[in-house]
Amino acid sequence: MNRRKYAFLIMTLPAVLLFFTFHTYPALQGIFYSFTDWHGYGPWTFVGLKNYINVFQDDRALHAYLFTFKFAITTTIIVNVFSLLIALGLNSKIKGRNFFRGVYFLPNILSVLIVGFIFNYIFAHILPQMGNSLHLKFLAKNILGDPNLAWIGIVIVAAWQSIAFNTILYLAGLQTISSDIYEASSIDGAGKWREFWSITFPLIAPFFTINMVLALKNFLMVFDQIMAMTGGGPGESTESISYLIYNGGFSGGEFAYQSANAVIYFIVIVLVSIIQLRILQRREVEM
Amino acid sequence: MNKAKTNWPVQILITLGSLLILFPLYLTITIALKDPQQMAQSIIAWPKHLHWENFSQAIQMTNFFQAFKNSAIITIFTVILTLLTNSLVAYSVARNMHKKFYKFLYYYLVSAMFIPFPIIMLPIVKQTSAWGMDNIVGLIFLYAVYGLSFNIFVYVGYIKSIPKELEEAAMIDGAGTWKIFWKVIFPLLTPINATVGILTALWAWNDFMLPLILLSDKNDATLPLVQYVFQGQFSTNYNLAFSSYLMALAPMIILYLFLQKWIISGVTKGAVK
Repeated sequence: MNRRKYAFLIMTLPAVLLFFTFHTYPALQGIFYSFTDWHGYGPWTFVGLKNYINVFQDDRALHAYLFTFKFAITTTIIVNVFSLLIALGLNSKIKGRNFFRGVYFLPNILSVLIVGFIFNYIFAHILPQMGNSLHLKFLAKNILGDPNLAWIGIVIVAAWQSIAFNTILYLAGLQTISSDIYEASSIDGAGKWREFWSITFPLIAPFFTINMVLALKNFLMVFDQIMAMTGGGPGESTESISYLIYNGGFSGGEFAYQSANAVIYFIVIVLVSIIQLRILQRREVEM
Repeated sequence: MNKAKTNWPVQILITLGSLLILFPLYLTITIALKDPQQMAQSIIAWPKHLHWENFSQAIQMTNFFQAFKNSAIITIFTVILTLLTNSLVAYSVARNMHKKFYKFLYYYLVSAMFIPFPIIMLPIVKQTSAWGMDNIVGLIFLYAVYGLSFNIFVYVGYIKSIPKELEEAAMIDGAGTWKIFWKVIFPLLTPINATVGILTALWAWNDFMLPLILLSDKNDATLPLVQYVFQGQFSTNYNLAFSSYLMALAPMIILYLFLQKWIISGVTKGAVK
């Protein structure tokens, strides 16, 4: 029996040591350096909470938080509404259901960066051409070049790609509902609208929770799309938090400062996840 | 519910919607096969003459086969390393959850899912370059380590549902813990191994951020990283750029055509767990 205990310990130790070395240790280092003035090279001293105070007074950082939240919340809502609609469509009586399921899931397997590059071209050339020939003024220029509109371009690309995953999850949820329930409700004379809100939606509530939490968390981390499409621009209008930490930390010599920013970001993500889970789970219970 | 009738309004909407999904891919293929003059006539129309030489030019320019090889090596070895190590840890943790130490390990590993990567990003680059791990081997290790949080969560849930009697019977036959794992448990994990393998492969193949920050040698670049690096050199030669994008996307799309069912169910299971 002791040999068995020993074997179990050996099974975990290498992986746990690796995990500590390459995950926990660098995370602790990041927290440690956030209290210093290190540039990423050369000597450093402790500066206490100075970096943190500076992040709160940094317009660029505040703007990155605003942009990231505006982007993440908008995209989460759009993605969930469309995913649910598409899943309902794919779950109804249509021809070629498996084919369409395959098509709608396709974006999920593609590289986010390359999809970003492809849409870059669509925004720069295809849409303006369409806008010109249809005399639609708002389409006539590249929205990625407009500081006020560029974020919408990123929302579109992120949504185009993420709807795939959320749709498949909602579809899995819809398929857990037995058709008997619908038959009973149609005998009772419930309309489609009523049926959705009082039967379908409550029954797929757990899937709604997973989708909302995963989507928001992913979109708060937005990075690849920014790198592919705007590089944070025009100006600094589409700098996400991840992008700012990457950019300032590696090319701006702000190792310690961006580490403090990353710690704040970490706290924000944890808080958002907890709050969101609480609210959504309470709703699940009520329904 | 009328069982046989097709719901035509929904059919039409779903069909139109699928065009929105397919259009960017169609566009990628047509642009990849045109030359600049054909582009000037019409961007969207299917080209009359197919310029296959765009591909050979893009292959030369981006050193496509090197990048393809790098991406393939990283993906294959990440999947193998992940499946072998992560399932082993999960087995040990799942069978000892009543002990404090293993319970702590479980929560320690799983709670790391909440830690956003940027907090690790700056230190890990220093660390890997100091230890000579700013290369393909380093990437494989990091993928296997960073996937652990999520995979432990998925594996432990599954292993708990496997009855212990199987192991007890094997133990009476004199099999040791290691042998039990490889001969009894690991084969039983096939469905969940498929899920973890598919998710890991998609991640390692498509990931851009880790190769971007970690790799120091140009020859180690992965397919997504190559597209980024050559973005400036493609400049306005969109045909070349798009044939390069298409070649980078194609391997996964081809795999998807054949393994669609597996991939979709794998991804779904991973999320529902």
